[in-house]
Amino acid sequence: MHDVNASRAANAFVPLTASAILVNAVGLHARPSVKLTQCAKGFAARIELALAPDGPWTDAKSPVKVMRVKAPQGATLHFRVTGPDGNAALAAVLALVHDGFGEA
Amino acid sequence: MAEIHLIGRAASPGLAIGPVTMLTAAVARRTASDDPAREAAALRAAIEGARAEIAEQIKTVQGEVADILEFQVAMLEDDALADAAYEVISAGIAADHAWRLALDVEIAGYRAAEDEYFRARAADIVDIRDRVLAHLSGVDTVARITGGSIVAADDITPSTFLAADWTRGGAIALAAGSPSSHVAMLARSRATPMVVGLGPLSWKEQPPALALVDGDAGTVVFDPEPETRRRFEQRMAAANAALAVAEAASLAPACTADGRRIAVLLNVTAPEDIAGLDPAICDGIGLVRTEFLFEASHGLPDEDTQYAVYRRILDWAQGRPVTIRTLDAGGDKPIKGLTVDGESNPFLGLRGIRLSLARPEVFRVQLRALSRAAVHGVLKVMLPMIAVPAELDRACVMLDAEFAALRAEGVACARPPVGIMIEVPAAALCAEDFGAAFYSIGSNDLTQYTMAAARDIGSVTDLNDAGHPAVLSLIARTVEAARKRDVEVSLCGDAAADTRLTTALLATGLATLSVAPVAVARLKAAIATVGS
Repeated sequence: MHDVNASRAANAFVPLTASAILVNAVGLHARPSVKLTQCAKGFAARIELALAPDGPWTDAKSPVKVMRVKAPQGATLHFRVTGPDGNAALAAVLALVHDGFGEA
Repeated sequence: MAEIHLIGRAASPGLAIGPVTMLTAAVARRTASDDPAREAAALRAAIEGARAEIAEQIKTVQGEVADILEFQVAMLEDDALADAAYEVISAGIAADHAWRLALDVEIAGYRAAEDEYFRARAADIVDIRDRVLAHLSGVDTVARITGGSIVAADDITPSTFLAADWTRGGAIALAAGSPSSHVAMLARSRATPMVVGLGPLSWKEQPPALALVDGDAGTVVFDPEPETRRRFEQRMAAANAALAVAEAASLAPACTADGRRIAVLLNVTAPEDIAGLDPAICDGIGLVRTEFLFEASHGLPDEDTQYAVYRRILDWAQGRPVTIRTLDAGGDKPIKGLTVDGESNPFLGLRGIRLSLARPEVFRVQLRALSRAAVHGVLKVMLPMIAVPAELDRACVMLDAEFAALRAEGVACARPPVGIMIEVPAAALCAEDFGAAFYSIGSNDLTQYTMAAARDIGSVTDLNDAGHPAVLSLIARTVEAARKRDVEVSLCGDAAADTRLTTALLATGLATLSVAPVAVARLKAAIATVGS
């Protein structure tokens, strides 16, 4: 439901992109995936991630899909964010990755 | 229906009889409807039921276990998990079948992962799959294990074990599993009988209603004939009577049949272990694990917190010797903010004394707390995972410095004797070279390092044998080194509580064994038969 709304709203916005390297010990595993998706769900913007700059893109609000990416430590995570609060959303997810999901 | 005899491996001793609780949903029958809408609704309700159940469980746990459960909740809340299932349900497939198909694809994806960590997540998805299946078919699930039941499953997780009430009896019968698993250790500490490796638990019609579990012989009988049950109950009554006698006798010192006095000490995992106990059941405390101090608190415990706990244990012992082991983190005991994540082989990495020496700012706090507590009784300090004498020497230099600093500050303190754990074969082979005040043999690690077989890998459990001549020979060598240097030696691993090994251990010359409080009566009874 909200996916539809998000993409409708998203049409009016230019996608923002940025990347960050996964620094925490075992990559984007269970606990970081949960933290990332919880953070992403706090924003209206559509937030997607990928292991390559040109995708394939994964919905960063779905822990099931984020886990399927199986991003290992040292991988570069690319983000693509589209929506009204896109800037804040991008800053928040990047901060989480830079911070090693608080697992340092 | 004929009774079913299964033979497995004993993982925790004792006899139990009780109603069977199946933890696998695979055996339960479910009548599916022909209406895809009703099947989809049933799946939705089962997923929500599973989610609510885990959310309820989270309230009772903390730390790593809570994180694992929170991950499961997040997965269950995500519609993406069941999308594929709803799709095939709309094509006319029953809800349980559809869910299993969808999750098995997910599980296969994890099992195929290159990264070991992601491969290990397959177990979480299996857990999620089975919990939802259980809700779909109305089988009893984790949270509803009633006291006194025989839990039958492929395997069970420590969190499942901890969620159930074992104070009213009960037992565990596993198709797979390992006597060296964490669950087996928990079962032994709670005196819950457990048998593993029974092979596939499959039933032609109904799952069994009743089971007899013999945790001594490693056998299980499902749906026993009345005569089998009667004989088992007789054995249980006799065993209970013997245990009562042993418990009454457990206040007396242990002696072999030929008159050798054997000291029986306690292993203490947390101060609560000894709270209601009469100290007369033991000759002292042979091992206080201090990891609990570091797990429960957020952040590392400060000096006063540690001092208060050590003092409480010394007060309980009423002058009996108390051996406190310095922090033994690492290996299978990670501690957030202290141990190193992602070592390729944590058991051969920065653990035990190695970690303490690498983190002197943490180690110093513990040494100060121990020096202060030492004035309240007979305290000995034990260093884990020692491989070479330099590690002992460096730790002693640090202890001396902290002791001197405390004295200079005018704080009441004493310099406790420092001994070493013998768990690395190198230390056992060269025990004489260490200037240790005592030796304590950690048979769990000594066995796994000697046999190159991990405790918690079911497929190599047979090799993880503390009674193997190579392990016994290292124990004998340590005892001989202690005799030559005229210092004490004890054994504090699981082997001490395994009464099948008592004769062999005492034959090495050992005269001090340290076990969990629950094992004291049984060990003293076993010692009394040695040499008869």
